Amino acid sequence: MNDQYKSAAVDKAPVIEPGHTFGTVTEKISAIVLTRPASNGWFVGFGICFMLTMMMLYAIGYLFLKGTGIWGVTIPIGWGFAIVNFVWWIGIGHAGTLISAILLLLRQSWRNSINRFAEAMTLFAVAAAGIFPAIHVGRPWLAYWLFPIPNTMGVWPQFRSPLMWDVFAVSTYATISALFWFTGLIPDFATLRDRSDNRALKMIYGMLSMGWRGSARHWHRYETMYLLLAGLATPLVLSVHTVVSFDFAVGIVPGWHTTIFPPYFVAGAIYSGFAMVLMLSIPIRKIYGLEDFITERHLQNSAKVMLATGLIVGYGYMIEAFMSWYSGDRFDAFTVWNRLHGPYAVPYWMLLICNIFIPQVLWIKKLRTSPVALFLISGVILVGMWLERFVIVVMSLHRDFLNSSWGMYYPTRWDWMTYIGTIGMFLMLMFLFLRVLPAISIFEMRTLLPEAEVKE
Amino acid sequence: MAKRDPIYGIMAEFDSAQALVDAAKKTHEAGYKKIDAYSPFPIEGLAEEIGFHFDEIPLTVLIGGIIGGATGYLMQYWMSAVDYPVNIGGKPYHSWPAFIVITFEMTILFAGISAVLGMLAFNGLPMPYHPVFNVPRFSSASKDRFFLIVFSSDKKYDPAGTRQFLEALAPRSVSEVPS
Repeated sequence: MNDQYKSAAVDKAPVIEPGHTFGTVTEKISAIVLTRPASNGWFVGFGICFMLTMMMLYAIGYLFLKGTGIWGVTIPIGWGFAIVNFVWWIGIGHAGTLISAILLLLRQSWRNSINRFAEAMTLFAVAAAGIFPAIHVGRPWLAYWLFPIPNTMGVWPQFRSPLMWDVFAVSTYATISALFWFTGLIPDFATLRDRSDNRALKMIYGMLSMGWRGSARHWHRYETMYLLLAGLATPLVLSVHTVVSFDFAVGIVPGWHTTIFPPYFVAGAIYSGFAMVLMLSIPIRKIYGLEDFITERHLQNSAKVMLATGLIVGYGYMIEAFMSWYSGDRFDAFTVWNRLHGPYAVPYWMLLICNIFIPQVLWIKKLRTSPVALFLISGVILVGMWLERFVIVVMSLHRDFLNSSWGMYYPTRWDWMTYIGTIGMFLMLMFLFLRVLPAISIFEMRTLLPEAEVKE
Repeated sequence: MAKRDPIYGIMAEFDSAQALVDAAKKTHEAGYKKIDAYSPFPIEGLAEEIGFHFDEIPLTVLIGGIIGGATGYLMQYWMSAVDYPVNIGGKPYHSWPAFIVITFEMTILFAGISAVLGMLAFNGLPMPYHPVFNVPRFSSASKDRFFLIVFSSDKKYDPAGTRQFLEALAPRSVSEVPS
């Protein structure tokens, strides 16, 4: 694999700054975990996120006590923040798998320095997403009914429903992402085991490394496994948001019942996912001095992916509007009018500004290479993609076929506490991840060095 | 293994991936068959140099995927059409197009799990203890050093001759691996 990695890297800005050796790469990345003391900033950041997580648990605890009445959901808007946040988080997770699997298959060597924490981000985002459907079911102690587990009533799940497909898609996705992430870590666990002086750490990393010793036979099977897992994860990641979009598209609600949904959801997922990757990697590379490994090239490439997927999302919005006019369906046409002029016009216009107009500045190379600008634009995109899900979920439901059953949705403080709490939990897990695991794949970075090249 | 040899093998340490590949090639060509090479990252073609030709993982994944797909489809068929058929919106009990998504997901799930478990099982992992870890310098095998070992179970192995042979390959050091 080394040759192809190299050939892709010759003419552009370096993927890894010159002057590094196997030793310096290893030391630099493992030192973050093994020797570098946790800074005050880390404790403050972790502490804030930990408190937000506690707030989320409080909100969920109160929900279990009182029921979903504490939320803003009513009829006709039975799907409020819970589903908006679920789709938003699942979408963010997509970039991790895209980077680790699809870019591996496409032999994009630059992925090697960001795949590890992008995968971690995927796992934590899926964990945050998974909370919402579980607490949304109303009687969460019966959430296991979603799985085909024998129960006293003898009935089985309804497999013709997209909601069931979603259960399988998301749980498969979580499992495969976790496996991909963990197996990617095994050789690095071995490195940490051999580098640490502390006996307890040696034991822990030793157990996690499963006794990895880097035998050529092992590497061969490992690489085959890794490649196959990437090949399996690629259709999987595309299927996950497709299935999430089926939750909507299979329904007959105007604004949901469209065939553009699957591709447009997948593009939107990658769009928001890369925005999150940038929002995380820009501070991480700065704070931990990893500019040699996460270079300008990574930032630029991520920006280009955002630009491309953002345009696909824009195309999706256009087609949605066009089809509602072209179909001649009055209810569909009304949905578009309602978005532009109805009571939720402000979120819709903000969505267009955040997702379509502002990101166009990424055409300018100067902004694509400026970490500060990218950080801000990524934040705008994340807000925009959250608004998109809000528009899809809430605005389609609040005014459907019958005027008499129109309504409005106002999130309560419990909705906000749960949502902000999951952001806190996500960041808390990232903070922990940075301290205890190598944030950059050490062994894959070694393969990028010129010394790794072997002639037959 | 009836009688355990006190020496597990002889290990040579190299500075670069290129040196390891060349040494592995020469050792294998010299007739040593029970050898292994250790490196801090995967090296293309190294496994072939030491005589590793059949990788079991693709077949394992294929079988896992087929079992997963069959499980997924048959589970849905049996639950919806045999064990407790429920009429939902007049759809047929055996509504196969609706079963495809879960069949696909189960295929991926089983194939992925068999890839990982297969890799671990065929590699004999987890294995917390292994004689090669007795060599103190071996801790650099996960950093920047490359190792080649000739096992004492090899037919051509003899303590002095093999050591001489390995020393002729210009390694950084040669050490005995106690078992």
